[in-house]
Amino acid sequence: MNDQDQSAPSLSVSDEVMIRINQMHKWYGQFHVLKDINLNVNSGERIVVCGPSGSGKSTLIRCINRLEEHQKGEIWVDGIELTGDLKHIEQIRREVGMVFQHFNLFPHLTVLENCTLAPIWVRKMPKAEAEDIARSYLERVKIPEQADKYPGQLSGGQQQRVAIARSLCMNPKIMLFDEPTSALDPEMIKEVLDVMIELARDGMTMICVTHEMGFAKTVANRVIFMDGGEIIEQNEPQEFFNNPQSPRTREFLSQILLH
Amino acid sequence: MDTATRTYAPGEYPDEKPPIGQSGFLHWVYTNLFSSPFNIILTLLTGYFLYKIVPPAFNWLFVDAVFVADSREHCRELNSGACWGFIGKRFGQFTYGFYPHELRWRVNLTFLLFIAAVLPILWGNMPKRREMLWFSALFPFIGIWLLCGGFGLEPVETSKWGGFMLTMVIGVTGIAVSLPLGILLALGRQSDLHIIRWVCTGFIEFIRGVPLITLLFVASTMLNYFLPPGSNFDLLLRVLIMVVLFSAAYLAEVVRGGLQAIPKGQVEAADAMGLKYWQSMRLVVLPQALKISIPGIVNTFIGLFKDSTLVVIIGLLDPLGIGRASLSDTKWQGLSTEVYVFIALFFFICCFSMSRYSIYLEKKLHTGHRED
Repeated sequence: MNDQDQSAPSLSVSDEVMIRINQMHKWYGQFHVLKDINLNVNSGERIVVCGPSGSGKSTLIRCINRLEEHQKGEIWVDGIELTGDLKHIEQIRREVGMVFQHFNLFPHLTVLENCTLAPIWVRKMPKAEAEDIARSYLERVKIPEQADKYPGQLSGGQQQRVAIARSLCMNPKIMLFDEPTSALDPEMIKEVLDVMIELARDGMTMICVTHEMGFAKTVANRVIFMDGGEIIEQNEPQEFFNNPQSPRTREFLSQILLH
Repeated sequence: MDTATRTYAPGEYPDEKPPIGQSGFLHWVYTNLFSSPFNIILTLLTGYFLYKIVPPAFNWLFVDAVFVADSREHCRELNSGACWGFIGKRFGQFTYGFYPHELRWRVNLTFLLFIAAVLPILWGNMPKRREMLWFSALFPFIGIWLLCGGFGLEPVETSKWGGFMLTMVIGVTGIAVSLPLGILLALGRQSDLHIIRWVCTGFIEFIRGVPLITLLFVASTMLNYFLPPGSNFDLLLRVLIMVVLFSAAYLAEVVRGGLQAIPKGQVEAADAMGLKYWQSMRLVVLPQALKISIPGIVNTFIGLFKDSTLVVIIGLLDPLGIGRASLSDTKWQGLSTEVYVFIALFFFICCFSMSRYSIYLEKKLHTGHRED
């Protein structure tokens, strides 16, 4: 995959458009959080969204599965437009997985039950089949032995890997990551990133809000920089890090790369 | 200096027992009873009062008590303690009220079936639980049929019901119906739909702002004005409705507290997976919210169970009503202590069981480490 990226300057991995965001705006009350967002994401793309806190990057990806409502413009996901229509929202959420900063596992359910909940209730899958799939994904995130424990008994890194497995059990077409490593101890960040890198290698369409620039360099095919609710700059990682166009991007990069 | 005296390799220091006097029975006695002069005084005072109260009470209740007697005079001739013979004579009335003698088996049977119906609900690991839960769902209909009669059984008017049976009917119906209603009200109060939210909030605030006794009076007198003339709406049913509405309003607030304690991320995670509103409530939010609310819910249940004695004021013969009526018997006058101790014991056993069950349930539902 990496080789392909370097040989092909084109940002798209496939021609099929998965997400299309057109002149989208969002307000919290009077506060204009997202301004004129235009973004196309093709199938198989790995996009990293970065920017200072409060720049609207989390809000942007939360709009894609309608955890936040946009007030102007259009969002199309997998050929379906996001509107107030509950049917559309449910249809899109089935195909879009999300991983949160604070994991948001269900503490009253075991790891396995966390993973089978949505396949059983949303996809109407038989319990045995859902459990088989869940176990295979837990194997993939390298914690098959924790299946019968409760989330409260796991470390942060393990919980986040369960959360990833839980999303994958729905067999989503797109995965959204909202600062998946920000709440983790340094020694646990790597185990989560490794899982994400593997996922990217398998061709998953991913949008990650993260400050892990190493991850952006290895995996992303496009990096988006946001500030003040706008997309300031987007480019492939090589160009983005070595040759940032906007002064605001240069300032941001100089601040985080100094560390 | 320390490193020089260290004779073990890192990581190999053995697990030792805590120093003597830091744990065990004597340590407990010392820290809890005799840790300071003030504590010593309190311990001695408490010991003195216990010595003054417990042995005489024990003697009155058991040692000097009379368990079989024909009248108060007979009791006094036999011994000086409690006259339980009186309770024994009236036991049937205390239990069944004025339910016809020859039909009391129906009450007993209902009680046995009630135990069988409740067991699978309370006991999570019961064998054959699923099949038994079907019976639990059917029980209300069987119970009503057995108690009220009809369909081949001789009808018994609810005005003849009384005693512990009446308390159980009000308590069990109140608890079983008000919990789901309370949950719905709590969810409604948090709803995004304005009308539902206003209706639920208005209902809760109105009911909470009125004493239960007022609602019972409304049930016994005023409700007739609103109903078409001539319709005879059963008094017990009216009381049950009021009791249910009353405790549902309280439960709604208890459950709302639990709902508010659930982090927003839980609903977001459920939403992001594509679960519908009712699914995410039933599968994700309510199991957690109700678990947090258990102490408050059981507290409300206990309150409801004891408040059922208020129905005596509108003329239903709950145990207190039966007790009062039986005290007017000239043969047994002056035995009110026995009557009230007996009734108190019944209520204590029921309420204490509920409280212990709630503790068991909280422990059982505790998963993993607490954040705090």
